[in-house]
Amino acid sequence: MYNLMAFLVFSGGEGGGSLLDINPGVIFWTTLTFLLLFFVLKKTAWKPILESLDAREKSIADAISSAEKAKEDAEKLLAENKANLAKAEEEAQKIIQQGREYSEKLKTQMLEESKTEAKKLVDDASAEIERKNKEMFLQLKNEVASIAVKAAEKLIMENLDEEKQSKIVSKYIEDISKN
Amino acid sequence: MNPETIKAVSDTVTNAESGGGAGWMMHHILDGRTLEFEPFGVIHLPELHLLGYDISITKHVIFIWLAAIILIFTLSLAAKAYKKSLVPKGLTNFFEILVVFVRDDIAKPTIGQGYEKFLPFLLTMFFFILVSNFLGLLPYGSTATSNIGVTSTLAVISFLVIQGGGMIKNGFFGYFKGLIPHGVPIPLIPIMFVIEILGLFTKPFALAVRLFANMTAGHVVILSLIGLIFILKTYFVAPVSVGFALFIYLLEILVALIQAYIFTMLSSLFIGMAVHQDH
Repeated sequence: MYNLMAFLVFSGGEGGGSLLDINPGVIFWTTLTFLLLFFVLKKTAWKPILESLDAREKSIADAISSAEKAKEDAEKLLAENKANLAKAEEEAQKIIQQGREYSEKLKTQMLEESKTEAKKLVDDASAEIERKNKEMFLQLKNEVASIAVKAAEKLIMENLDEEKQSKIVSKYIEDISKN
Repeated sequence: MNPETIKAVSDTVTNAESGGGAGWMMHHILDGRTLEFEPFGVIHLPELHLLGYDISITKHVIFIWLAAIILIFTLSLAAKAYKKSLVPKGLTNFFEILVVFVRDDIAKPTIGQGYEKFLPFLLTMFFFILVSNFLGLLPYGSTATSNIGVTSTLAVISFLVIQGGGMIKNGFFGYFKGLIPHGVPIPLIPIMFVIEILGLFTKPFALAVRLFANMTAGHVVILSLIGLIFILKTYFVAPVSVGFALFIYLLEILVALIQAYIFTMLSSLFIGMAVHQDH
């Protein structure tokens, strides 16, 4: 039994070396190479590469956050604008309403005024007419009276004789001089 | 089992080896002292010794260096592009995908808070394993990550980072205290402590073996499929072998990616567990 095991374990190592042979030289050189590689790469490659990666990631994150902020600001501005617009609309509506009310009021007032004015005018006119009428009537009455007097006078004149005539004339003259 | 059988098995294996059966295959998978560019020539690598240890440059060491050089060159090029503009292009874009993947899909969800400190380690580990895996798929290439020495070294480094990270965050004694889950009955605590300590070591062991086995297996299968042509000694097998080998090769591309991901992912997960012990 031991023979077989010994054979199995050692037979491989007899010839040109086994796969499981560990060569101290290889260990030495691997250690040295790896450590050198580590320190050289750490300085020349990993540090700049990782720093650049971080810097780029940071710049991307910054860009994204600033874009986000800008978007937020724009949204805020838009909302503000919208609110302003709505307010302005409301204001305008109010102004229009006010204008309309004012014009309505003005209209009724003017109408009222003109109505009273017209009424006054009409009243004035009718009063004037009345007065004129009265005057005219009076004048007419006088006229008629004078015409009647004149007619009567004519009639009388034709019927009077000289004596009577002279009497009357002298009476006239007397009247006139009296006046 | 009787001695007769043992002898029979032994004979079969030695015959197979002497007949060049598995030797050629091992030659391709194992580490070596030469860089072969057949039919152009062979480069013999220098032998080095330090304090009695053999630290010769081997094929896999060369490929580790190659991976490191490629990484330093391309990644610093990619990093330089960021100085011009933060918008990536071409090569930078490609690396950025992988870096962001490691950061956002590996480190961030598994470690959570304080993941930045471990990110360079995880990134280095991921890219190093990835490039090493892919270098093995190139012609004349060799997979350094199919060497158990390389994978266990990486696992040990990972282990040190995991324990170090946990101890720095929770304090030396606090870290060991935190290993035992809350609500465990007092008599069980010593047993749980031993189990948890063992668990600390099995994790990197599994990491090393997983990477090694996965990266070796694909090559073994491809070589076996190609070897089928020579074993059966007929050209008619060639289309089948080549077709299957191509399929396995494509699969290996996937495996190369997945293993780099898994090694990094599990390291990150263990770091997360060590750093945030309360869950």
